[in-house]
Amino acid sequence: MSNPPIQIDPPAPLVRLTGITKRFGPVTVLRDVQFEGRAGEVHVLAGENGAGKSTLIKILAGIHTDFDGRIEIEGREVRPRSPLDAAALGVAVIHQELSLIGPMSVADNIFLGRTPARAGFVRERSQNEAARHWVGQLGLEIDVRQPVERFPVAARQQIEIAKALSQDARVIVMDEPTSALNAPEVNTLFALIQSLRARGCCIIYITHKMEEIERIADRITVLRDGHWIGTAPAPQLPAAKLIQWMVGRQLGEQFPRRAPHPGAERLRLENFSVFPSGFSSRPAVDNVTFSVRAGEVLGLAGLQGSGASELFLGLFGAYGAATRGQVRLENQEVRIASPRQAIAAGVALLTNDRKATGLVLSLSIAANATLADLPRLSPGGWRRPARERAAAETMTAPMRLRAASMDVEVGALSGGNQQKVALAKWLQTRPRVLLLDEPTRGIDVAAKREIYQLVEQWTAAGIALLLITSEMPELLTLSDRVAVLHRGRLAAEFSHAEAAPEAILAAAMGQSA
Amino acid sequence: MKTSSWKSAAASPAGRALLALLLVIAAGLIFNADGAFFKIGTHRDTLRQASVYGMLACGMTLVIVCGGIDLAVGSMVGLSAVCAAQMAIHWNWPAWQTVPACLAAGALCGAVSGVVTAGLRVQPFIATLSMMVLARGLAKYASGGMKVSTAVRNADGTYHYVEVPPLFRAIDHRVLGGNLSMVTVIFLVCVLLAWLALSKHRWGRYLYAIGGNEEAARLSGVPVIRAKIGAYAASGLFSAVAGLCQAAQEQQGDPEAGGGYELVAIAMVVIGGTSLMGGRGGIGLTLLGVLTIGYLDKILSINAVPEAGRLVLTGIIIVAAVLTQRRSRT
Repeated sequence: MSNPPIQIDPPAPLVRLTGITKRFGPVTVLRDVQFEGRAGEVHVLAGENGAGKSTLIKILAGIHTDFDGRIEIEGREVRPRSPLDAAALGVAVIHQELSLIGPMSVADNIFLGRTPARAGFVRERSQNEAARHWVGQLGLEIDVRQPVERFPVAARQQIEIAKALSQDARVIVMDEPTSALNAPEVNTLFALIQSLRARGCCIIYITHKMEEIERIADRITVLRDGHWIGTAPAPQLPAAKLIQWMVGRQLGEQFPRRAPHPGAERLRLENFSVFPSGFSSRPAVDNVTFSVRAGEVLGLAGLQGSGASELFLGLFGAYGAATRGQVRLENQEVRIASPRQAIAAGVALLTNDRKATGLVLSLSIAANATLADLPRLSPGGWRRPARERAAAETMTAPMRLRAASMDVEVGALSGGNQQKVALAKWLQTRPRVLLLDEPTRGIDVAAKREIYQLVEQWTAAGIALLLITSEMPELLTLSDRVAVLHRGRLAAEFSHAEAAPEAILAAAMGQSA
Repeated sequence: MKTSSWKSAAASPAGRALLALLLVIAAGLIFNADGAFFKIGTHRDTLRQASVYGMLACGMTLVIVCGGIDLAVGSMVGLSAVCAAQMAIHWNWPAWQTVPACLAAGALCGAVSGVVTAGLRVQPFIATLSMMVLARGLAKYASGGMKVSTAVRNADGTYHYVEVPPLFRAIDHRVLGGNLSMVTVIFLVCVLLAWLALSKHRWGRYLYAIGGNEEAARLSGVPVIRAKIGAYAASGLFSAVAGLCQAAQEQQGDPEAGGGYELVAIAMVVIGGTSLMGGRGGIGLTLLGVLTIGYLDKILSINAVPEAGRLVLTGIIIVAAVLTQRRSRT
């Protein structure tokens, strides 16, 4: 055997997490995960949606405090009990949704919670001076007395980084920092990251964009389904291999493939664009064209920021008339500018967050299941409680809803049963097109299986389905075709036979085929 | 089995509201002020005095169920009282003109609040606070800042008195052999109407859905803006009815009438157990709340508790009632 090559000692790890396990109730979201970040490196944390990246970060940042495992910073075991605690240990997180307080000044924000004061009175001048120092360290020229909300997103992000520096943070976590930035702003950010690296910080960088990984990663750690898959220096992990690490799960124990029932073309979108924040800003969905047939399931794949959910909301009229392009239902052009019009046209939308946007938790099962179809169930305006209950029972019967009666408050049901009520509500409107956004998010395996069977029934009945799901096996099992969105544009389309996890993920990460 | 059904009844909002009312009535049985509490006239007066507030509480319930608040109802009582007195006494309008005109004015003011809050997305507190000030101003403008009474000023500056208009006498009347005030009958009609709207009509279901989760309601095709404007308009309408009754009982239109009534109405709704967060509650609960506060006030007054003590006690009891009704968050 040959002698091992002479190794220069790698720099000691700045932060090390070992054996991290985290459960939410019965669900284990992280199992025996490890992670090691060195001083002066950009360490990309990669994985599909739901792989456990955010949970791991929240543990490091002191947001989740009940977990098993060990955290070491500079060789010393620590256990951050709160975000403040984590900050004191030198860990700073630059969040996706920035955590600055808009109306307060830059200086106030940088020193929030540690405001320099004498006898309780803020020492404005010394605070401003110190803030100017940290902002200057980043080479920024901004007036620290201005309220934060006057600055664009890119500048606010830089202010957050200045805040992290001022806390003497050595481990800086950036969670999708470029999602709201344009190209020159991204360049500025990357230059900043290089300077942080040169200062000896460890930057833990989460992104879904292949291009960014290639540009800045020194090392890459991949998580999948809550497991640690591996850590490797970036040059040893080219795009193809990285994607294989991210998706390489056994698709063995899966659900039986549904029978295809394609009929005539039901819905067609032509050059469809959605502008959630007005026509003057960047569209979330940009010139998308596709069609779905009756009885067909079209899966929409995309990572965070792909615009898939916005496409559903735009099509459903939730953004009013802030859409462009043509929508054709059974070859008839339709204009949908409100959810009411969408429902009348036969379009239904199961939103991706049943508690926030899907259900009225304080109302009964019957009330929720009939809410979208109430005008038809209460002719003349007067409600017919018996009819409502009967409708709710008819709709929920094939779903095996487990509840004592139709009068039970929806808030008291389990996640799976809540989802069935939300589905019943939309089936009650007799949709021609059903948009399902994460229909199985946060529900148990049994309920998931039941929903898959329902999808089979609905397609057999001729409903056209559009499906968004972040679970690759689900996407592959249910979809007759898969369309992939990347940053609002249609990146690729696959037939069921062509749809391979690697190809889908590569397209979703902006890797041109 | 029996005890558990008792327990669940006591744990429901209706059970707790009923319990509060029974406690107050039990207090009345004990502190009966030498039997005054057992006289039918006492109960008739309790109900009559609570009726005007109760009408406001009916409209307030609709607004609170959909997640809003209406601070303008008190001033609207003043505005409506002034209008009613002006029309019925000074202009000699018959009832069939006076009543619809007053109600329309109230509903219109309420609808304006609704448009400002639901359509223009101003917080309900601010929108109705503005209407509260504006309606009070209108009342003073319409009355010239004076009480509009049966004393009519002559051209030479002297006064002559005119008859109390038949509309006012009809409202201030008693029925059932003098054992029930007409005002209370009107209040009960308001309760019935509000109950029909909230519990039997599609619109009521929409209000619950909006109060429970406005975004989910909107995405279910609920006409959120229209439904909310309707709730504020209804609150204005009930305020106008209350103002008419107030004017009839006082036989004059006082531009200051109804000051602070909005807070009593809110307290009645909340004591009943309707959630200020919206989405939960009902008219039945509000009826219990109206009776609780009405009886509480009466029992304190027949026992000659001075007003200072009465206010302090009422404040403490409202907080206590609301604390017992707090639901555990799920």
